[in-house]
Amino acid sequence: MPAAAEMTSLLPVELEARVRGLLAHVPDPEIPVLSVLDLGVIRHLSLRADGTLEVGVAPTYSGCPATPVIKASVVRALAGAGLRVAAVDALSPPWTSDWLSADGRRKLAAFGIAPPAGAVTRPRALLHADPAVACPRCGSPRTARTSEFGSTPCKALYRCESCLEPFDYFKCI
Amino acid sequence: MKAPLHYVLHLADSNLVLAQRLGEWVGHAPALEEDLGLANVSLDLLGQARLLLAYAGELEGKGRDEDQLAFLREESQYLNLTLVEQPNGDFARTIVRQFLFDAWQSGLCEALQHSRDARLAAIAAKALKETRYHLRYSGGWLVRLGDGTEASHRRAQEALERLWPYVDELFASEALDREVAGAGLGPDPAALEPAWSARVNEVLAQATLARPAHAPHPWHGKQGRHGEHLGYLLAEMQSLHRAHPGARW
Repeated sequence: MPAAAEMTSLLPVELEARVRGLLAHVPDPEIPVLSVLDLGVIRHLSLRADGTLEVGVAPTYSGCPATPVIKASVVRALAGAGLRVAAVDALSPPWTSDWLSADGRRKLAAFGIAPPAGAVTRPRALLHADPAVACPRCGSPRTARTSEFGSTPCKALYRCESCLEPFDYFKCI
Repeated sequence: MKAPLHYVLHLADSNLVLAQRLGEWVGHAPALEEDLGLANVSLDLLGQARLLLAYAGELEGKGRDEDQLAFLREESQYLNLTLVEQPNGDFARTIVRQFLFDAWQSGLCEALQHSRDARLAAIAAKALKETRYHLRYSGGWLVRLGDGTEASHRRAQEALERLWPYVDELFASEALDREVAGAGLGPDPAALEPAWSARVNEVLAQATLARPAHAPHPWHGKQGRHGEHLGYLLAEMQSLHRAHPGARW
């Protein structure tokens, strides 16, 4: 499915820069080292006829409890800067871990969460495992998945066979 | 073009009922990882159900929101597949039920993402990524159970025999389904069967499990006629909302 990695903005250049600057400080509630921009969930910025700034927010997973929190945080941050704002769902195209920014991937690894390995270019074959996931602590490629699911919908549990530390892996989806 | 209300409710209800069933495992699964796994699958299904129920509320146009549709409809107004209301049983039966459903739902979403109903297409495209992940989980477990110990193999085979009669309904084309398919809003259920069968056969072979003989059941969940189990499930799921209407955390 063709899906743009970048959000689309229909704002005047100066306003867009200001909004981006504000959003860069809105953290993901479950992985606070990532901003909502790093996570790739901000899909569009536009101005409604009445001057309200509309922000399209993509849910990472259909049932992710963080989605309403993210929308509320976005509204709070922008309204706090004096903007009239509405956050709306942007379901299509569906969010993919490919939209994590390069900066976001570095921040994840530094935080101890292995970033998604590879890109979602084609549907995973049935029972096909993820590509090799490197340990975010020691860098070893000798790791093993201990659980497909972790503490949040977007993560799986891994263990490093070299340094023996368990770690979270940001699922490739 | 918009899909008929009953079709969207049918999709929503199957997800919601199965999410509730999986939620029953929380705190009871055989290992912490499976507790997390089943809860995560449940959460995805619940999220999909909410998107569908919210849409159903708009299609109905009577001002009912997702909560009112989930908590204030009676058993006979639920249009879920009979398979998903079946009790959890042991871990093997839960995994078999999940695998049969995941294989069906991934095929459904592959087709539904091209629906002429743009909203339904968007929900399906989102759900497809999740259901493929679920299928990897349930299929992986089915192989481990089937090709595991003598006891796990026996339980997995027993679960298959027990749940197989409910498979027929997944592919039964009723009048509404034909209307939906004719308008390009969703696939004809019967058309999903060959790919489903191929997927299921592949995993059953790996799991050294035998595919049960065709044995259709007499239920019609999509028409609101259910077995004895759904009422108890809804009673538990709806009791808080009915005792405290509009309550919020």
